[in-house]
Order: sequence, then C-alpha cells, then structure tokens
Amino acid sequence: MLKIENLHASIEDKSILKGLSLEVKAGEVHAIMGPNGAGKSTLANIIAGKEEYEVTAGNIELDGEDIGELAPEERAHNGVFLSFQYPVEIPGVSVTNFIKTAINETRKAKGLEDMPAKDMLKMIREKSELLEIDRKFLSRSLNEGFSGGEKKRNEIFQMAMLAPKLAILDETDSGLDIDALRIVANGVNKLKSKDNAVIVITHYQRLLDYIVPDFVHVLHDGKIVKSGDASLALELEAKGYDWIKQELV
Amino acid sequence: MSKYTEEQLEQELKTQEYKYGFYTDIESETFAKGLSEEVVIAISKKKNEPQWMTDWRLEAFRVWKKMEEPEWANVQYEKPKFQDIAYYSAPKEKPKLNSLDEVDPELLDTFKRLGISLDEQKKLANVAVDIVMDSVSVATTFKKTLGEKGIIFMPISEAIQEHPELVRKYLGTVVPTTDNFYAALNSAVFSDGSFCYIPKGVRCPMELSTYFRINEGGTGQFERTLVVADKGSYVSYLEGCTAPSRDENQLHAAVVELIAMDDAEIKYSTVQNWYPGNKEGKGGVYNFVTKRGLCENNAKISWTQVETGSAVTWKYPSCILKGNNSVGEFYSIAVTNNYQQADTGTKMIHLGKNTKSTIISKGISAGSSQNSYRGLVQIGARAENARNFSQCDSLLMGNLCGAHTFPYIEVKNKTAQVEHEATTSKIGEEQLFYCNQRGIDTEKAIALIVNGFSKEVLNKLPMEFAVEAQKLLEISLEGSVG
Ligand SMILES: Nc1ncnc2c1ncn2[C@@H]1O[C@H](COP(=O)(O)OP(=O)(O)O)[C@@H](O)[C@H]1O
Ligand SMILES: [Mg+2]
Repeated sequence: MLKIENLHASIEDKSILKGLSLEVKAGEVHAIMGPNGAGKSTLANIIAGKEEYEVTAGNIELDGEDIGELAPEERAHNGVFLSFQYPVEIPGVSVTNFIKTAINETRKAKGLEDMPAKDMLKMIREKSELLEIDRKFLSRSLNEGFSGGEKKRNEIFQMAMLAPKLAILDETDSGLDIDALRIVANGVNKLKSKDNAVIVITHYQRLLDYIVPDFVHVLHDGKIVKSGDASLALELEAKGYDWIKQELV
Repeated sequence: MSKYTEEQLEQELKTQEYKYGFYTDIESETFAKGLSEEVVIAISKKKNEPQWMTDWRLEAFRVWKKMEEPEWANVQYEKPKFQDIAYYSAPKEKPKLNSLDEVDPELLDTFKRLGISLDEQKKLANVAVDIVMDSVSVATTFKKTLGEKGIIFMPISEAIQEHPELVRKYLGTVVPTTDNFYAALNSAVFSDGSFCYIPKGVRCPMELSTYFRINEGGTGQFERTLVVADKGSYVSYLEGCTAPSRDENQLHAAVVELIAMDDAEIKYSTVQNWYPGNKEGKGGVYNFVTKRGLCENNAKISWTQVETGSAVTWKYPSCILKGNNSVGEFYSIAVTNNYQQADTGTKMIHLGKNTKSTIISKGISAGSSQNSYRGLVQIGARAENARNFSQCDSLLMGNLCGAHTFPYIEVKNKTAQVEHEATTSKIGEEQLFYCNQRGIDTEKAIALIVNGFSKEVLNKLPMEFAVEAQKLLEISLEGSVG
C-alpha cells in the first residue's frame, strides 16, 4: 500500500530525513518509535504532503502510484489520514461542521453527491458512541479549549468518520489517561481491516499493548535503524533509546 | 436568494468576474449631469413633492455647498466629481403595479439573474420586497398584508404623497441635513428609498426587505430610508444590495434613519455586495453612508451588517441611546479583498440612564486591502450606570493587507463601565494544512475559517439572510491566497 524509498527531506536547509525506506502492506500495523527530534512527525507530515518540507531525494508511492506531486487534499482524497500530534484550533467551526465539510469535500472529489444528512447523522452517532464522545462535544469549536485528551479523541473520531486507507497516528497516546487510551485504541482496532493499514508513531510501549503492531521500526537521526516485531518495542522500553544509539556506534 | 445551490456556488467560485456584472437594458430617463438649485427643484418637481419638501431639499443643498468632503477616514480615493454625476434616473416605464405579471419582462429577467425570484421569496421566505431599481421603486409586494396591521411600507416618494404628516414629522430628526457632507448631499437630491412605520404595539409579522441596485452608468444613487417604530412595536428590516460592474466609480451616499419609540425594537440587517472594483483596483462603488438610530425609553436598535462590496466604504451605523434603559447593538462583518478600502464602525451615544451597548466587529482583510474599524463610545454626564462592551477582531490573509482599529472612548459619568477587547489573527499555514489533510482544499478551508471567525455576527442575521451572507463571504474572498 505505502512504499517509501530512500527518502531524504529537509526544512530550511536542515536535513532531517536521511534515506528512509518503509513498506506498509494492507492489513498491517506498523509502529514507528524513536527519541524526540528523530524525525517521526516530519515523516508523517511529508507522507501527508505538507509543503514546507523539501523532499530532496527518494519517492513515496501509494498503491503503486507516486504521490510526491499530489496536494495534501488529494492525498487525503486517496485515503491518507494523519492524526496530528498537535491538532490546531479553528474557532467558530464546530466539530460537526468540520467533519461534515471534510466528508463532503472528499465525496465531491470523487464525483459523489453530498452525504444525505440522515446518513451523516447516523454515522456521527455510531462513531461518537464507539469513541464514547458525548453530543455536546460535537457542537464545540474544533479543538478550541479542548484538553489534550479531547483533542486526540477528536482526531480518532475524524478518522472513524473518514475511514481512511492509510492512517498515521502521530503520538495519539500522549495526553490520554489510561481509560481514554483504552477507548481510543479500541476504536482504532475496530476500524482495522485487511484493506487498510495503520502507522502508529509513539515513543512509549504503552499504546502498543492495545494496538498490537505487526512491525516495529526505530527511527533515529532520519533513518530507520532497526526493525522487528512487537517484541522490539518491549526491548526498547526496557533498555531505552541509548541502547540503539550505542549499538549504532 | 434562497435558491442557491452548491453547484451554482462552485460555478461562482470559478468565474473570477463579479457575478452581478451585467447591465440591464431598460430605457431610463436621466437628468443632465451636474448639481444646482435648479436641479434640486427639478427633482422635487418631478416627484410632485409638496413645497415643504422642496424647501427642505434646498436648505440641505445650500448647507452642502458650504461643506468640505471629509478627509479623516483611513481611505484614499479619487474624489467624485460632483458636477459629473446625473442626479436623477428612473426607469422610463414606471407603471404602478399590483402583480408581478405587470413588471417589465426585462426587469424580471434582471431579478432572476440576481437570484431574487419575488414569487419564491414571497412563498418561501415570507418576505415583503420593496425593490429599488435605480431610484424609483417598481414593485411593492405584501402591501396588503401589512396594511391590515396598519404597517406602512412603501417607497419614500409615495409616503411623501400619502403620509406627508408622518414623513415631515420624522425626516431629518435623527440625521439632520447639516450632519455631514454626504448626508447633506443626500438630503438635497435623494431620489427614493423606503419608508416604514409600525404602529403602537404592533409586531411586524415578516421581515421587511429592500433590494437596492445601482443601474444606469454615471448615476449617483442617493437612497433615503426612514423607519419609525411606534411605542411597543417591533420590526426586522433587511437591506441587500448588488450592482453591475462599471469602469467609472459610482457614488452611493445613502441616509438611513431609525426611530424606536418607548419599548420599541428595530433590527436592521444589511448585506452589502456592491461592485468592489476589479483585481487591479479599478472601478467599483464608493459607499458613503450615514445610518443612525434613536432609542427612546426601553427601546432597542440592532444594526447587523455584512459588508463585502464597494471599492471604498465609509459607514458608521450608530445609536443614540437617549431613553433610559435603552439598548444599542452593532454586529458587523467587513471583508476587504484586492484593493478595497473600508473604514467602518459605529457610534454609541449613551445619554439615558442604564443604557447598554454592544459592539462586535469582525474585519477580514485579504489581498492589498485596508480594513479599519472606527468606533466611538460616548457616555454622557447624565448616563448613570451606562455599559458598553466592544470587541473588535481582525483576521488577516497574506502580508499585503492591513487591519486598523481606532476605538474612541469618551466617558463623562463615573458609574460607566466600558470594556474594549481587540484581537488580530492570521489564517495560519498550520490551520490550512490541517484542513487540507482532511480533504478540504485551501479555498474551501478559508471559507470555513472565515465563517467560523464571523459566526457571532452571522448568527444575528435572519436565517435565509445568513446563508446568503455566508456565500457572499466565500465569493468575495475567492483567489485571496495562492
Ligand atoms: N518547521 C520546522 N522548522 C525547523 N525545524 C523543524 C521543523 N519541523 C521539525 N524540525 C526539526 O526537525 C527535527 C525532527 O523533528 P520532528 O519530526 O518533529 O521529530 P519527532 O516527531 O521525531 O520528535 C527536529 O530537530 C526539529 O527541530
Ligand atoms: Mg513528533
């Protein structure tokens, strides 16, 4: 589904990704771990098409098609979803209005009519129940005054509504207490199928107890330096990132 | 304009040209250009006005001649050449009509292109529409329904004939002829406009609506509106405007006077959408308007405006809170794009005790435009316990535009409470990327963010107007990024 080869990227002449390769197949869950500043969010943003990063080499394919030239909204229309590490506030725009716009714009791009209000409502009900989000929350301005946990839960709510092919969860666990973490992880697991894929970015093992990855990659200094199965996460947790760093020398 | 599909909107967003930029080919009768006492008298004669009205105009003209065009606003434009303007223009065929069938088909077609289907509006929106096409009203609907309640809603030219005692009593009492340069000019040459009177204790059962439209090239338009709400009455009045595109600048200098007697309430909503000029800043309407309302005891006046059009706007809907416990409100969205300039705001003059005013101003600037808020809150010596809350928010798009806030506060009573808040924000890359990532393209994302920013004001508009206003915001900001 996603194939990244030898990706080099920089921002303001500062090189961040330095030859990163990653392949994710449908039905798989990949975890990307690594210390702060390793380039995890950068990778997520570049897959999603953020324009301030300059890709200096390498390419990104989605379903065999090079998406390097696509605008972020086109990538979204093709099924890429990013749960932001730091979701932004949009004052005056309700959660409902925002997700409605997102869904209908995506449908429009595919030549479909707006989703009938009735269907929309049904889906909103279903997904908000899944994530234990109450009605009032949906009428609030997007992310404005949300707690860290509410922001993350809202990201996953949007993911549930948009049913993406490839979901990238950037530190979705930070800011969540243990109950919320369980609810969110449970939501993600329910949305998983053999046709979609999830990339979980985290630096703690905690989330991976709930969303069990098929592969774990360690990102360090702009490259994937180690890959393994779920047990790698446990090993990392026990030995710390210094272990990886030392191994590299 | 309730019929406005997404598809049409999308189409709209694709075509960069001003959507109402066409010209109706109706034969009109236009006076020779220029302004003199003779012209003022001729206008008055043409309208068959009584002598007091002619005298009133002449006095205004004499005052105007001695006045200077104001310079203090934060706008720059080429001064209109007042002798180059024709001061009267009326569609030549000016029949008195009882039904739409009698309306000139060409005119009906214009209305259709504007999206105003009278028939539909009557049915769907429950709106009585008094249309001002150039200067003379050609269609007045719902007169009968209103008549049963004793409500008078008619072109002011007709009101001068049919209700001279009312017009004479109130005209110029809130905005005196001497008030300012443009008000004086308007008083001398106003061509038509609307008059509305709500009798004691009557709640007007529908929104009263006027669609203005400037037509004839080179014709200045000088509307005069007078709304009188008698004791304990209520009315909601809507004003909407469109104009065809023109190369030369068109001057518009309207005067609106509102009078809310004891316990009365007037809501006055405007969606202003005049031709803003092209992308290079050529052409466009000059909009120099004087709007003011007077509140007696326990009365309330709310001004709500959405300003997206005009090349230059100079406009300060104001409230004189004369009566005790009276309330003034001002809710405004002003959008400027390309080379538009707007200097707009309000004046709240607190004279009575326990008077209260609220000002919510949302300025949105894009392109190379300049958007200024100018507000005066004045608390008089006798205004015990007066309160004001003002909030001015500016939203900027890009680095070439400007937002300015000029709040003036004058307090002569120690018990007053005056609060002023101001914020300036920018549509950020992070917000846009977030929207893009959810499949919302940048143009739509801006519309969404702007609508969110403007929500407090949009919410004050009557439903069907709010939808239209929202779409106008989108249209007027098209192409503002990238
Ligand atoms: N917009 C930016 N401008 C400058 N430097 C940036 C920007 N975004 C990220 N960086 C830098 O790139 C490196 C990787 O950041 P990031 O991808 O956020 O790391 P992680 O998500 O792994 O903590 C860091 O050194 C960070 O300071
Ligand atoms: Mg990060």
